[in-house]
Amino acid sequence: MAAGVAAWLPFARAAAIGWMPVANLPMPVAPTEKNKRQDELIILNVSGRRFETWRNTLDRYPDTLLGSSEKEFFYNEETKEYFFDRDPDVFRSILNFYRTGKLHYPRYECISSYEEELAFFGIIPEIIGDCCYEEYKDRKRENAERLMDDQEDNKDAKLPNMTFRETMWRAFENPHTSTMALVFYYVTGFFIAVSVITNVVETVPCGSSPNQKEVPCGERYTVAFFCMDTACVMIFTVEYLMRLFAAPSRYRFMRSVMSIIDVVAILPYYIGLVMTDNEDVSGAFVTLRVFRVFRIFKFSRHSQGLRILGYTLKSCASELGFLLFSLTMAIIIFATVMFYAEKGSSSSKFTSIPASFWYTIVTMTTLGYGDMVPKTIAGKIFGSICSLSGVLVIALPVPVIVSNFSRIYHQNQRADKRRAQKVQKARLARIRITKTEGSNAFLHSKRNGLFNEALEFTNSTEEEQRLSKSTSLLESQHHHLLHCLEKTTNHEFVDEQYYQQSYLEAGLQNYPSRSPSLSSQDGVTGTCCSRRSKKHHTPLPNASAPAHMQPLTHTHTHQQGLQELSTIHIQTLNILPAMMLKFCNQFSSQITTAIISIPTPPVTTPEGDAHLPAAPTHQNVVKVSAL
Amino acid sequence: GLLLGAATLKNTLLEKDAGDSVEDELELSAVRHRPEGLEQLEAQTRFSRKELQILYRGFKNECPSGVVNEETFKDIYSQFFPQGDASTYAHFLFNAFDTDHNGSVSFEDFVMGLSILLRGTIQEKLNWAFNLYDINKDGYITKEEMLDIMKAIYDMMGKCTYPVLKEETPRQHVEVFFQKMDKNKDGVVTIDEFIDCCQNDENIMRSMHLFENVL
Repeated sequence: MAAGVAAWLPFARAAAIGWMPVANLPMPVAPTEKNKRQDELIILNVSGRRFETWRNTLDRYPDTLLGSSEKEFFYNEETKEYFFDRDPDVFRSILNFYRTGKLHYPRYECISSYEEELAFFGIIPEIIGDCCYEEYKDRKRENAERLMDDQEDNKDAKLPNMTFRETMWRAFENPHTSTMALVFYYVTGFFIAVSVITNVVETVPCGSSPNQKEVPCGERYTVAFFCMDTACVMIFTVEYLMRLFAAPSRYRFMRSVMSIIDVVAILPYYIGLVMTDNEDVSGAFVTLRVFRVFRIFKFSRHSQGLRILGYTLKSCASELGFLLFSLTMAIIIFATVMFYAEKGSSSSKFTSIPASFWYTIVTMTTLGYGDMVPKTIAGKIFGSICSLSGVLVIALPVPVIVSNFSRIYHQNQRADKRRAQKVQKARLARIRITKTEGSNAFLHSKRNGLFNEALEFTNSTEEEQRLSKSTSLLESQHHHLLHCLEKTTNHEFVDEQYYQQSYLEAGLQNYPSRSPSLSSQDGVTGTCCSRRSKKHHTPLPNASAPAHMQPLTHTHTHQQGLQELSTIHIQTLNILPAMMLKFCNQFSSQITTAIISIPTPPVTTPEGDAHLPAAPTHQNVVKVSAL
Repeated sequence: GLLLGAATLKNTLLEKDAGDSVEDELELSAVRHRPEGLEQLEAQTRFSRKELQILYRGFKNECPSGVVNEETFKDIYSQFFPQGDASTYAHFLFNAFDTDHNGSVSFEDFVMGLSILLRGTIQEKLNWAFNLYDINKDGYITKEEMLDIMKAIYDMMGKCTYPVLKEETPRQHVEVFFQKMDKNKDGVVTIDEFIDCCQNDENIMRSMHLFENVL
């Protein structure tokens, strides 16, 4: 519930009178306000600057410092005000959060001081409004990088007691750490260059005696080239094996792009060694030699720019995809048009639509080889349209890619970008959770509430106080409203999973027998908890279960367990709170199941139930207030 | 032809001007609405001065312009029912609060409605409820009107309910309602039938007092 909307809760409750004539069931008792205070102004003195606000405004967010009783620690008896020795400028934004429900990030503030203030006052930064969130994230990222850069300068200092393996890995990753590493770095670089040049020169025709036909150098000096190749491949193999040995996580290393390039670069040589000079396979073998050109990619370890280019292409995948898609569309359209336009003319080169593809591509990229030209007038017209549109289609996505590259090159944040995406997902997930907690808070407190009414009759006031402290008055009133709606329609709110379950079960079976075994009691608490405790802290029968959950043995009783709970629900719907006591005192194991699974300290101890000692005291987790 | 064209052009321009000025007026009036004085509201409603102050502060916070239009109303009301769709019921509520039917609820409308609901006599409350159910305000509640209201209420529950909501649940509920309320079985419920029947029903009488200590 948003902050300002809380002011409309009285209206919503009053409007609930519209449901009363329609309802057939009696309504639940309204929550009473125990110590109703008149709304008063409180003074917050932040380093000398006085802020005044209504107490109700601060109570909107009971899980922050100002909204909870934590602020009493800062109360100054003589001046009757709350004194905080913090930054008054930042406090302005924080107080506005209470007033408007939106947290803004002021641009002139330093990011770390802002975060410290937020942490002090118990506000999570994720709820910064969309208007300021981008700015906040950017600044935070810059700050993190700056810290990392500073750290990296210190990182090169050699840590004592590093194993040989770790030293070697560090030497491979940062060649500047030791001279040995630097030498190794340059040697491998040299050999990569040699290998690439060898591959190139192999195919150049070496003029020999004029009577022989031109042969490429590779075939003339076979032995020499073979020796060069062998030497290079040996160096590469040794390097790869050393990296594999030194890598902290061999599995991850083997999956990385660079290692795959290494493997692909040296594999053809070994395959060539293994294969004989068989005529059939030598064709395939020749193809394999093409892969030797991948050795040039090994340079990317040596060149930062190459890595950035690769990353840019990866990050612009969507723009590239769009470019490709639009080009394909245009090519197909124009090729078809040209084919049909040129069909009439004799001796046309446009023999089929795929044949026209070549013309279209050459024209759209403004190459214009001239091996295929249209001869008819229609063909010429469409050809000119084709070349004009080609310029447009290609010119559109390219600036996007260019700007991407320059941005990334300047900022040089590959890993940080990936991390930022994860944080964005985490942020949205967190906000989604707080929103759904709003509805789940009601379900949670419903279990409490059922118990609450029973408690009122047993007159255990301390338990009651403990319970009522966990939900603010606003929340309990809101829950009372939802409860009235349930009574009006004679249906209950349940959470998603329970709904799915009951939906399936409604088709599957009728209500089961009334005597659950002890194992199904476990099943009720065990499997439900293991399924839900990771999602919310308000599962149906919840984490009061013993720590030794055994989901394996109890899945078959899970459904039965839920059915029992459902029968309990139906019973309690139609039973006034007074009757619950009667049931509590009965030795009905079915209801004792309900008592165990309600996540509050049980008042009526079911006699001789072995599971009760196992149920630990469940703390009501302090919830992030629903937005 | 030319003359006709010129004439229509002139007309459309004039209309636009008139339209603009009307819109401007509306906008100005929407922006500048201020409620009547505190004393007048105190006399007209059963709230004390302090209560009116608290109500107005909350109202103005959410609607700085001084009036609520239907969209905002639906938004606010929907926030209390996160699991279902409260917009239809909010629409009916809006019409019940907007007593002068000008498409917006001002603070006076708001506070008058609340005064009846929270501090009114049983008669007034039942009257208000009847007004809510009677969608076309003709003095009779027909089965179709009641069905609309019932569907709107059930919509607020949303999908995840126990037991699972079925199609004919609202209709059945309407049948039960009419059986109880429609004494002369003529298919409609009049205001007298409604008030009579509600006053004889203990549950309803008790629930009318439920929200008396709100505010």
